[in-house]
Amino acid sequence: MTTTPDVADYTPAAAPAPEMPDLGDPDSSGEDSALDPSAPPSASKRIRVADLPRMVLPPMLLGGALITFWYYITRIVLDETRRFLLPYPHDVLQVGFLEWDKFSIILKALGSSAKVAGIGLAIAITIGMLLAMLMSQAKIFERALFPFMVTVQAIPILAIVPLISFWWGTGQPSRVIVCVIISLFPILMNTLFGLQSAERGMHDLFTLHHAGRLTRLRKLMFPAALPAVFAGLRISAGLSVIGAIVGDFFFGRGEIGIGQRIRRYAFQLDGEELLTAVIMSSVLGVVVFWTFGLIQKLVIGKWYEPQAISG
Amino acid sequence: MSTLSFDGIGMVFPDGTEALTDISFTVDKGEFVTVVGPSGCGKSTLLRIASGLLEPTSGAVAVDRDRLGYVFQDPTLLPWRTVRKNIELLPELHGVGKAERRRLALDTIELVGLTGFENHYPKSLSGGMRMRASLARTLTLKPPVFLFDEPFGAVDQITRERLNEETQQLFQHEGFAGLFITHSIAEAVFMSTRVLVMSARPGRIIAGFEVPFGYPRRPELRFDPEFALLSGDVSQALRGSYS
Ligand SMILES: Nc1ncnc2c1ncn2[C@@H]1O[C@H](COP(=O)(O)OP(=O)(O)OP(=O)(O)O)[C@@H](O)[C@H]1O
Ligand SMILES: [Mg+2]
Repeated sequence: MTTTPDVADYTPAAAPAPEMPDLGDPDSSGEDSALDPSAPPSASKRIRVADLPRMVLPPMLLGGALITFWYYITRIVLDETRRFLLPYPHDVLQVGFLEWDKFSIILKALGSSAKVAGIGLAIAITIGMLLAMLMSQAKIFERALFPFMVTVQAIPILAIVPLISFWWGTGQPSRVIVCVIISLFPILMNTLFGLQSAERGMHDLFTLHHAGRLTRLRKLMFPAALPAVFAGLRISAGLSVIGAIVGDFFFGRGEIGIGQRIRRYAFQLDGEELLTAVIMSSVLGVVVFWTFGLIQKLVIGKWYEPQAISG
Repeated sequence: MSTLSFDGIGMVFPDGTEALTDISFTVDKGEFVTVVGPSGCGKSTLLRIASGLLEPTSGAVAVDRDRLGYVFQDPTLLPWRTVRKNIELLPELHGVGKAERRRLALDTIELVGLTGFENHYPKSLSGGMRMRASLARTLTLKPPVFLFDEPFGAVDQITRERLNEETQQLFQHEGFAGLFITHSIAEAVFMSTRVLVMSARPGRIIAGFEVPFGYPRRPELRFDPEFALLSGDVSQALRGSYS
């Protein structure tokens, strides 16, 4: 499946989230104002307001073109008996989004999947960061764990879904496990890479002044790792949402998530609801991606210069 | 006993590179010794040995490393800390309390002329300002022994001269034992009490010059005929070291 990045080509900080639609980087826009703290805030704000049409217009035009193309397919390409395959955009809006009893079902399923993704991500972050710290503290852990991490992440998730249901059944825990497996690797690798990214000169400084292991970890290695950690978080968060949907698609027990809904709508040929559910799933992905971008900006935006990490 | 003394230092790296051979000299309190020498002759290695970051393969160093000041070639400021927090780092590592740390930081910030930039992050400072911050960070320790590894190599000429003037003022006020590495003869003669010349690798001390000028040194000293003569002598010795 396409969601697992290729191991051989894996470069932690640079790895993009291939399945996330890149709707612009929320932290790239405010860079100018952050670079020059002495600049009056009102001036930098004015520049950004003036930039707005340039930033918003292109995606709006493209969106308009896509919707026109959608109408064209439904109206001209599909004949009337096959139109259920791609209902008109206004029908999707009408039936899927505006009929509350239908939309609320989708929202509820989405909420359930979001919860699963959130729990899975939290577990992956905890395990991933702890393992990364362990690996950064003793080479022997790194050598011992590394091959297993690579192996686990190389397993196509679809191949172990039957195994997961065999061992843990098809309830909520199994869905969470899928999320953990799919999102563990990026956060682990990025944290490890980040912990090792502090310059030698800075380590020398801490050595000269007799800093202990814990002080070095807390005051040097961990802050130095943050940019890479956030890059990993964004990838892992996106993957966790996908894991929740994929898991839900295959595991039917317990609370119904968006994967089950999608499956049923497809089965019942409910084109409008199906498209609504798919659109809402990607909205969830985008919201998660942006949320982590925002957190990143709040935590490290003040001091972090994006090009500094690649060096 | 001298504040810092090298006794027959030799350094051969594990890969067989012989960086230093038979280096012996001392730096006393109130002395500012500058070492000039060709690139790659082992000057940084000598400071790393003095600081204890590196063990020499022969010979011994005698120095109190408790509050050793060491300014690296790069500013090595922590990018996630503001100027003030960066400057508080060393007292922090030495367990100095919060209020005292802050006072030390603000004092040295004023000393190096960074007032007004306390809350800036390193990314918004110029190269010269970063170097000042790095200098201030070391100054908070009030180090009795002060090592400088080409700290002003990356700043422009005028800034460099200004930093030289400030460094010799600091030396005059603080009275530390200074060991300074540089490629610039003018910088060496302007600041120090003694200039040592090193040979090409493996590095040895091949010449030494006492600098007779008193402190404080005015910027105009650079145009003094005596300054020019002494610089000429150092230059001559340095040329010899390349052959
Ligand atoms: N860890 C090491 N292993 C092997 N060789 C080394 C190591 N560190 C330094 N050297 C070698 O030792 C020699 C002296 O290096 P050093 O950095 O001390 O020179 P330097 O005089 O400071 O040069 P520069 O003026 O360019 O800063 C060089 O030839 C260098 O390649
Ligand atoms: Mg050097």
